[in-house]
Amino acid sequence: MPEVNTADKLNKKYLREDMWPTIFCNGCGHGVVLDYTFWAIEELGLDMDKTVFVSGIGCSSRLPGYINADGLHTTHGRALAFATGVKAANPDLNIIVFTGDGDCSGIGGNHLIHAARRNIDMTVIMINNFTYGMTGGQLSPTAPLGSIATTAPYGNIEHPFDICELVKALGANYVARWPVSHPYKPVKSVKAGLEKKGFSLIEFFSPCPTAYGRRNKLGDIKKHWQWYDDNTILIEDYEKIMNYGSDEEKEETKNKMKIGVFQDIQKPGFFEQYEKLLERLQDKRGKGGKK
Amino acid sequence: MKFKRDPELIREVLGKKVQFILGDIACVYGGLLAGCSFFGGYPITPASEVAEGMARRLPRVKGTYIQMEDEIASIAAVIGAAWGGAKSMTATSGPGFSLMMENYGYAAMTETPCVIVNIQRTGPSTGQPTLGAQGDMMQAKWGTHGDFEAIALAPSTVQECMDFTIEAFNLAEKYRNPVCVMADGEMGHLRERVVIPDEKDMKIVNRVPATIDKKKFIPFTNSQTRKSKVPDFPTFGTGYHTYVTGLTHNEKGFPATDKQPDHEKLVKRITSKITDDLDKLTNVEKLNLDDAKTVFVTYGASARPAESAMEMARAKGKKVGMLRLKLVWPFPHKEIQKLANTVDKIIVPEMNLGQIVHPVREYAEGQCQVVSAPKIGGEMHLPIELYKYLEGE
Amino acid sequence: MIEIKDDWCKGCGICIDRCPVGALEDSDRLNKKGIRPPQLKEKNECNFCRLCELICPDLAITVIPDKEVKKDTKKPLLSPVGGKNR
Repeated sequence: MPEVNTADKLNKKYLREDMWPTIFCNGCGHGVVLDYTFWAIEELGLDMDKTVFVSGIGCSSRLPGYINADGLHTTHGRALAFATGVKAANPDLNIIVFTGDGDCSGIGGNHLIHAARRNIDMTVIMINNFTYGMTGGQLSPTAPLGSIATTAPYGNIEHPFDICELVKALGANYVARWPVSHPYKPVKSVKAGLEKKGFSLIEFFSPCPTAYGRRNKLGDIKKHWQWYDDNTILIEDYEKIMNYGSDEEKEETKNKMKIGVFQDIQKPGFFEQYEKLLERLQDKRGKGGKK
Repeated sequence: MKFKRDPELIREVLGKKVQFILGDIACVYGGLLAGCSFFGGYPITPASEVAEGMARRLPRVKGTYIQMEDEIASIAAVIGAAWGGAKSMTATSGPGFSLMMENYGYAAMTETPCVIVNIQRTGPSTGQPTLGAQGDMMQAKWGTHGDFEAIALAPSTVQECMDFTIEAFNLAEKYRNPVCVMADGEMGHLRERVVIPDEKDMKIVNRVPATIDKKKFIPFTNSQTRKSKVPDFPTFGTGYHTYVTGLTHNEKGFPATDKQPDHEKLVKRITSKITDDLDKLTNVEKLNLDDAKTVFVTYGASARPAESAMEMARAKGKKVGMLRLKLVWPFPHKEIQKLANTVDKIIVPEMNLGQIVHPVREYAEGQCQVVSAPKIGGEMHLPIELYKYLEGE
Repeated sequence: MIEIKDDWCKGCGICIDRCPVGALEDSDRLNKKGIRPPQLKEKNECNFCRLCELICPDLAITVIPDKEVKKDTKKPLLSPVGGKNR
């Protein structure tokens, strides 16, 4: 029987076991994202000595503390800017960024836009739980219309932010979104994002039973996980129904959240272009060109 | 593509040994000579020329220049690059410096070496973008929340803009702290003659990299290889698997936010690693102090009219001297205590409403009179204006 | 055969809920935090799909082959995407 990788073996290789168990509540999906990431890294055989995990502030950003690799836990919303700097100093490093919905799209919105626009070679794993969980459940830019939060006690009247659509429009090389309850496709997506050069964003819908679920009548853990299965739909299915479905079907699916791979292209990354620029300058110098 | 400092290539890119350049460009020259390999910047008057100069020259010495989307991203990228192994710097002015405060504290807490050049301009807020001032001196020390030690240098000539930038890198690498070069719009936009030093006349200090067994290495404690409160630097990518966080952390780098002794131990170490060396760090220029009864204590651009006023006074036989602070933070209080003992009056000319006059007054301890000579509005003092403070001597 | 790290389990119940053949249930033992970790039912239809191992948020479950039941622990379904079969 061939040697099979087990969770135990992966833990010993990639986890800081003395920091475990986590600070995450029971029923939280963040640990699952970590698990998927470990499986993807194991599949690719990434060198943990050459991988750096960068994160902002929030529940999602505590993940690098549990991983046995170099980690940079930065200020709120600025993870992508720090990651750009680390990559600039040593382009041979693999950069993986863990960030949350508030960290990435709220305070960090500007940095997200520019890191994606520049196509910096990094993989951003953005865990979206529709709330600011670490601070107790305040309203987040991605919260659905009408949801309740501690700072929106009468219901959210703002339209939610669709981060994947934004990053797709900026021309990122790989954009995907999966709920945490789907077991195998997220691992493939994380693997694809890591392999791709240029900016990759993988968004995870993660349940937050404590801060979001409790206030939005999804408090039971099983019910909350089920809510994601019921209210998400693959992009291809969504488009099929909206184009060809009956009025009833359209009514049923139009408010569901789209999941799947949004974009998968190959544009040259920032540092690839920068290398070419340096080569051009050195050639000019070699030919004794004008300074 | 790992950066290697190449002294010949740097001098080839800088050009002639003696040049007539802007203060901003002198900061660029200083950074390149020190081995800067990453610059993350954002345009702001009067510091845009630093970014432009770096954009032109840094790729030619094989460094990386990125124009970031704002000042917050600039300082964040600079800190990230330092952990990636680069010597990194950024340049800004008052409004940008205010934006950088959070990450400035982050650099101090995580003991990251980096250089911030602040070409000060009048404030508060947008103020007078094209005119110089010295209104950020206190901000360099107290601008970010919490307790930390600042290191700040104040150049008075364009040559010093270059020399102090090199010195700033050396201090940042030695103490693993962010260092500010507090120039001002006058110095930044002034053209003067500079002489580029030869390699043999320069001293370059690099951070001590971590080299001991990975299982024994402890990242945030006194150095394990030499007698110093500054730990060895475990660059990312060298296999040390360091966790760096702005939260209060224990010696291994992991969050330890519940107990008072953990925080006290950490913050006392990162502040005392600098204050213990106050004597070594103190860097002042003394002019005519032997028999002086009235002394100008000054720094940066204000030192120039103060020196002229002093010479005018000496020509008339008045016993006037000058103490110029080259390193302003950590404040050289022993020099002030010694001085206040021997003189009757200290005058502190500043291009602000009185900032450094406060520690001067504090450390004079009532031994002599301390008078503030403020001037705001973007114009330097005229020597005759400072001379008026000496009337009646 | 599943191995549970008792003190890592937070009792969320996702493994019990999501097992496709309903092979898991709450056990009688209590861990340090007063939580009842899961266990395999006496009569279970476990087909070694390893979903519980993959989806546990606390990485507390490991699925290992049972020597008495001559079924192989399934290789991870994740691999046939390119990359070596492990």
